[in-house]
Amino acid sequence: MTGSNLLVDVKLSNGKTIQVQTGLFINNEFVVGDYTLDTVNPATGEVITAVQAADTPKVDEAVDAAENAYQTVWKDTLPTERQRLMLRLADLIERDAEELAQIETLDNGKPFTNSKFVDVPALLGTLRYYAGFADKLYGKLINTQVGTSLVDREPYGVCAGILPWNFPLSMLGWKLGPALVTGNVIIIKTSEITPLSALKVAALAKEAGFAPGVIQIITGYGKTAGTALSRHMRVSKLAFTGSTMVGREIMKASADTNLKKVTLELGGKSPNIIFNDADIDQAVKFAHRGIYYNQGQICCAGSRIYVQEGVYDQFVKGLQAAATTGKSGDPFDLTTMHGPLVSQMQFDRVMDYIESGKAEGAHVHTGGKRVGDKGYFIEPTIFTDVKPEMKIVKEEIFGPVAVVTKFKDEDDVVRLANDTVYGLASAVFTKDIDRALTVAKRIQAGTVWVNGYNLLENETPFGGYGQSGIGRENGEMGLDNYLQYKTIKINLNVKL
Amino acid sequence: MSDIQTVKLSNGKTAQAHTYLFYNNKFVPGNGPLIETINPTTEEVICKVHSADAKDVDAAVDAAHNAFHSEWKKVAAAQRGRYLNKLADLMERDIDELATLEALDNGKSFVVARDVDITDSIACFRYFAGWADKITGQTMETTYDKMCYTRLEPIGVVGAITPWNYSVMMPVWKLAPALAAGNTIVLKTSEVTPLAMLKLCELVVEAGFPAGVVNVITGYGQITGAALTGHPKVHKMAFTGSTQSGRLIMDSSAKSNLKKVQLELGGKSAQIVCADADLKNAAFWACGGIFNNHGQSCNAGSRILVHESVHDEFVKLFIEEAKKIKVGDPFDPEVTQGPQINVAQFNKILEYIDIGTKEGAKVAFGGKRIGSKGYFIEPTVFINCHNQMRVMREEIFGPVVCIGTFKTVDEAIEIANDSDYGLAGGVYTSNIDTGIIVSNALEAGTIWVNSYDIFDQSTPFGGYKQSGFGKELGLDSLREYSHIKSVKIQLVSRL
Repeated sequence: MTGSNLLVDVKLSNGKTIQVQTGLFINNEFVVGDYTLDTVNPATGEVITAVQAADTPKVDEAVDAAENAYQTVWKDTLPTERQRLMLRLADLIERDAEELAQIETLDNGKPFTNSKFVDVPALLGTLRYYAGFADKLYGKLINTQVGTSLVDREPYGVCAGILPWNFPLSMLGWKLGPALVTGNVIIIKTSEITPLSALKVAALAKEAGFAPGVIQIITGYGKTAGTALSRHMRVSKLAFTGSTMVGREIMKASADTNLKKVTLELGGKSPNIIFNDADIDQAVKFAHRGIYYNQGQICCAGSRIYVQEGVYDQFVKGLQAAATTGKSGDPFDLTTMHGPLVSQMQFDRVMDYIESGKAEGAHVHTGGKRVGDKGYFIEPTIFTDVKPEMKIVKEEIFGPVAVVTKFKDEDDVVRLANDTVYGLASAVFTKDIDRALTVAKRIQAGTVWVNGYNLLENETPFGGYGQSGIGRENGEMGLDNYLQYKTIKINLNVKL
Repeated sequence: MSDIQTVKLSNGKTAQAHTYLFYNNKFVPGNGPLIETINPTTEEVICKVHSADAKDVDAAVDAAHNAFHSEWKKVAAAQRGRYLNKLADLMERDIDELATLEALDNGKSFVVARDVDITDSIACFRYFAGWADKITGQTMETTYDKMCYTRLEPIGVVGAITPWNYSVMMPVWKLAPALAAGNTIVLKTSEVTPLAMLKLCELVVEAGFPAGVVNVITGYGQITGAALTGHPKVHKMAFTGSTQSGRLIMDSSAKSNLKKVQLELGGKSAQIVCADADLKNAAFWACGGIFNNHGQSCNAGSRILVHESVHDEFVKLFIEEAKKIKVGDPFDPEVTQGPQINVAQFNKILEYIDIGTKEGAKVAFGGKRIGSKGYFIEPTVFINCHNQMRVMREEIFGPVVCIGTFKTVDEAIEIANDSDYGLAGGVYTSNIDTGIIVSNALEAGTIWVNSYDIFDQSTPFGGYKQSGFGKELGLDSLREYSHIKSVKIQLVSRL
């Protein structure tokens, strides 16, 4: 099969037909893989198409191509040229935004309005933000007793990025942006659950003029493609976004092989804290966004909500009202707010957690059931009367399930909030300046939102404390993951 | 007189030129005197342009002030970057038009105007576009009961006065960081070369900048320049020009509102050729170092100090390089050197050649006018110069280089530093220690090692001593266009 045979026509639920690419993108060509796997439309439970997938042979091929691209082309490409190519790719993504949003919704199930107005623009914003850094990667000049030292920042060369399925396009941007602008080449492994949208970006990368091997996009199971990448002796750096459990495997693989640098962006059980003096209307709206956006499938979801006694009833009433409005349905319906969960497996997982919550004595305040009988839809769910030891309070559910706890005072809630192995994000709702800043300092999490939730922007770093991960993405700090310091120390003064 | 005039080029073609003032996104007549802009190739008038009087300057500053406090403030930082990139795209599209006006008005070769001046200006906008959403302050630890941070804020309305030697690039070096940092700007071009920037203003509108963000006017220093530098609503002035005018700018600031001042002034930069230099390489770069832009560069390497053991060989190679320069009509694609800018400069340069000869320097090459129409002067090489000669101390700003010798590297450093100026310097050597030691020791803002006159957007540029203060290009230039504010929040509950 050639590249053109790997394009497949797919009919959307709105009657339109689009073409999706199903090959592996290696060395600027779409090729057959080591095996195939099916990707499913979560709104219907039906197979969209089979896609080519990678095991060790294809991963090896991709790494060889990446190495060659780095040594012969990318290493000596001017920073301004890297910037130009990235901005060109962004322009092409903007040109084909509608199509990309359609593929994203088809494969992931998120509402089309989200794909179009949030996910694709997020990818654009990340690429354009990072493109601007190309000729701004400053090192240091340090004068010492010995002489003059230039501390340069240099790329690793061949990098790999393993993406999750919850924000396929946006997470693609979070890896491509900093990797390319710092002069690395990168092999992206998409989630086998959502392989399609990145392959469209791959075609645009070729059209933009990136040399073969600079950007490569493959998919495959974690056990095959993921393992092959994380164990490869000639991949120097790997960035992983996904579950904590798999994150451990990635680190082990690195330890076992070439000690490749690893950054991990993992799970969370983030506390959303609402004090008596909060603007309750805003707190309700943001709490809703915090746990029900993207069907709760967000690493930084505000899944534990702590409400101070004085406003507990008012808040819970408000959150329930918000949780029960908002239509679950066909993601291509522009009035849909909630799409399906991404797969049967995720659906089963979340339903299991809901059952365990009931079994452990928590109260289903609202929701808790499947919606309809086709597609993986679950009602936005609120649990109250929860205790810290419960599974639904300790473990990441990754679905539209909030657990709500009443608290007394600042010391009480800080203790509860920090009682977790995770530390990805958190929020504080209060009008008091002291309380906002003090609580923010006391919470052990990589991001603390004050009077907001799930507000992610390119300029500010994001990443976890504790078992939520290692390293930061976005912002200037996101570049650190893709650069290494080299000290060139010129001896002027020491003569033996 | 209407805004757009048709102007004649020396190759028989015509071009369109704006001649009004530009502010609030409109081309507007001025109330100052009409000024003739001269074509230095033909000595003929190209056209007349409108100049700004004090009232016009007020109007332009008001436009900038209003834009800063309303529309421009609302524009997200990333969007500022997108406007700058869009402007760069449009300049790329219209590069020939811009280069034509630059070559016509300034006299530099069209090819150089296109491939250096406008190309580098485009690169400058793209560079600073990338900074717009990356201007961050810092947080810092003090005591446990406080949270402290700094903010980098735009200054507001900034003023700029730019020279005639790079009539697009010098303005862009100011526009780009000023706009990236969130300021609005009123820029006075040299009345000697007003045309190319007015074309750029057309592109500013097309790029989508809100009205009042970019304003470009021209006029005489003592009318327009003075009104701008003395203006109470302008809070920073960036000036590139002569050291003499730089003093007036500082004085004006002192007498008005103590506006922040940044000066990029003259120079008498020394290029040092060591005994172990690759002489062919040195001759090539040193030649460009003085003769690029017809010697009309603030950073021109106008003194060359050569180790006595390689002097004769170097001078021979240098003159071979100088012979490759073809002087003539800017629109002739073979030409690399056009006329000097105007009759005043032309006369001044010839006078310095005379002074040098009288002081005992020897003309080893050139020394005379070329032809009888147009301000053309031969690339000129003086040898046997010593550092007390006027031609070794005073800025000539023409295609005249003065070559002297030295015995030791320490002596060369001393001679190079024996100057009121400190804009740039060069050292040619194959020894790594020498390269570092000399570049460390020279009292100048940019030191080239084994090359000269190479510019990059990310390396800051600006002088020591009477060559001025403040930096252009690079991250450091953003500081010039920002205020730093410290915010210290007391956590009352922790007192």
